[in-house]
Amino acid sequence: MSVDAIETKSKEYIRPMPANWWMTKKTYVSFIVRELTCIFVGGYALFLLVLAARLEEPEAFAAWLNSPLLIILQIVALPMVLYHSITWINLTPKVMVVWRGEERVSPLVIAGANYVAWAILSIAIFYLVCI
Amino acid sequence: MARSNEPIFWSLFSAGGVVAAFFMPITILLTVIAVPAGLISAEGLRQLASHPLTRLYLFVLISLPMFHWAHRFRFVAVDLGCKSISGILPVVCYGTALVVTLLALFHLVT
Repeated sequence: MSVDAIETKSKEYIRPMPANWWMTKKTYVSFIVRELTCIFVGGYALFLLVLAARLEEPEAFAAWLNSPLLIILQIVALPMVLYHSITWINLTPKVMVVWRGEERVSPLVIAGANYVAWAILSIAIFYLVCI
Repeated sequence: MARSNEPIFWSLFSAGGVVAAFFMPITILLTVIAVPAGLISAEGLRQLASHPLTRLYLFVLISLPMFHWAHRFRFVAVDLGCKSISGILPVVCYGTALVVTLLALFHLVT
């Protein structure tokens, strides 16, 4: 009989975790808020899916864009998605460590470059669509 | 070492995070403000959205952020106490993202 086959019969202790654990510290709250931004990211993707489904129907397409409820939901979603963008870009220097020869490129430079790229892309898309 | 699908889902989560971070705020601004402010008509936006490149843009902005949602949501739901359904959560979340991807493909390619 191999060692792997031996099962432990003792009961594992699982430390109880109160449901409101994340309210006990500011950093926990901002972590949970950051994770919850995904609901707004996914929600807006669903909004776009319905918009895409109505591409061939001008009235239904316009009605989806002009719905007061959906406009309010988008106004609520915008700051949450912006929070996602900011937290995501701020994490890029941690994920992407860039070396220039022997020197590590400053995290501020990496995050800054991402912010600049974000701004340029956003302005370019705005001009392409509106002007 | 046990085989895991984690790298695949993490890659999709990460790609969706990038796409959502860079392209979602400006797209929300366009759909929520540009039309009421008269910068573009709903019909103008519809014709623009019918262009093949815009269809590709919409597909990417629908599919990848859904996988981003799926990955974050399955973990944050457990963090917030939904431990009892942690077994089916990944199936439901990634399944939803896959269905939405196929629907987007269907609507944007035809």
